[in-house]
Amino acid sequence: MPDLEQQVIAYIPRLRRYARALLRGDAGAADDLVQDCLERALGRLALWRRGTDLQAWLFTIMHNLYVNQLRRAHHTPALAPLTPETEDVSSPPGGNPVFLPELERAMTLLPPEQREVLLMVVLEGLSYRQVSAILGIPAGTVMSRLARAREGLRRALDGETQAVLRRIK
Amino acid sequence: MSERTPVTDTDLQAYIDDQLDPPRRAEVEAYLAAQPEAAARVRRYLEIDRALRTLYEPVLAEPLPPRFAARPRYRALPRRAAAALCWMTLGAGIAWILKPVIPPATHTALTEQLVRPAAFAHRVYAAEQLHPVEVRAEHEQHLIEWLSRRLRTSLKAPNLAEHGYELVGGRLLPSTDRMAAQFMYQNQRGERVTLYIRRGAWSHNASAFRYAQDGEVGTLYWIDGSFGYALSGEVPKQALLALAEAVYRQLENP
Repeated sequence: MPDLEQQVIAYIPRLRRYARALLRGDAGAADDLVQDCLERALGRLALWRRGTDLQAWLFTIMHNLYVNQLRRAHHTPALAPLTPETEDVSSPPGGNPVFLPELERAMTLLPPEQREVLLMVVLEGLSYRQVSAILGIPAGTVMSRLARAREGLRRALDGETQAVLRRIK
Repeated sequence: MSERTPVTDTDLQAYIDDQLDPPRRAEVEAYLAAQPEAAARVRRYLEIDRALRTLYEPVLAEPLPPRFAARPRYRALPRRAAAALCWMTLGAGIAWILKPVIPPATHTALTEQLVRPAAFAHRVYAAEQLHPVEVRAEHEQHLIEWLSRRLRTSLKAPNLAEHGYELVGGRLLPSTDRMAAQFMYQNQRGERVTLYIRRGAWSHNASAFRYAQDGEVGTLYWIDGSFGYALSGEVPKQALLALAEAVYRQLENP
């Protein structure tokens, strides 16, 4: 069992990264989620079937915890996301770089279910089939959420840039 | 080229994520070659994906908070292995942070000529009690005229009072191959941030706020025209970002 525990522990940095992005940069809440996920995973290690996908198993646990959390949050007023105000900062001319603070803010605007899919695919490199199994939704839904997430970010980023450029003119 | 099944938005996603079988992939490629608008959109999605990884990659490099290291169940993990794991993740993280949206050469030049000198100058002078600055804020007019003359530009010291930081003063510094100006600010808790400004021949395309962390000192830096700006401080990244945006705004709109 110890080597299995180590395998789980080796995932901590990636779980933290995912949770941080999922919870819109709130490091404390993200680490709470990771901690809950680890406690549950390590407590149920005996239930994990050797040879199956450990990464997918961990992300399934994390997803279930997150969904419960969202449900609970439904009854308590949500805190405003801690995001920087970037509206007066233009992307400088030449090329079309992605302005990271703007991207961070655009991420907070995505619905949670789109953010989950996007992060699992882009950050974690999970396949559509894995994501579909983790979230318990059809692969087609994974793909359409992904399409909406990417288009949402693109609009938020490029729309804003244009607005800023217009104002400067 | 037989395009029986029309290419949909979800095909484009699967193309980006490399999850198409080879025949379908070829069809999508043919479609993109014929549809510049769709091809541009795919390119933009790829840029955004890359930026997303850049944005969140630093989390991997963070040392694990004590709550993870201290959990009793983890005692199974020998301390040395934990340290090795930590260093490996750190290494991978750093490699990722340095994996640039900016071309590597520019990035190196920026790090060498702007970020490191700025962070080092911050360490040297922010800790200084007796002589933190060469010219104090009481003589701001003189300070600005002097530094502007030496850097051959029209400088100004941004006002960060809205964020609780008052100008302490500034000084002229030798940078790697140019002169640099440093402005120092301090809040009521005595925390100091410094703004470091110098010229450099860096690519314009590199412009964006970038973040680097050296020990306790975080530096947010960016390029504007022929000047590079670096704001350093031992404050959280978000706080530094808010300050950097205030600086950027004020320098953009005098």
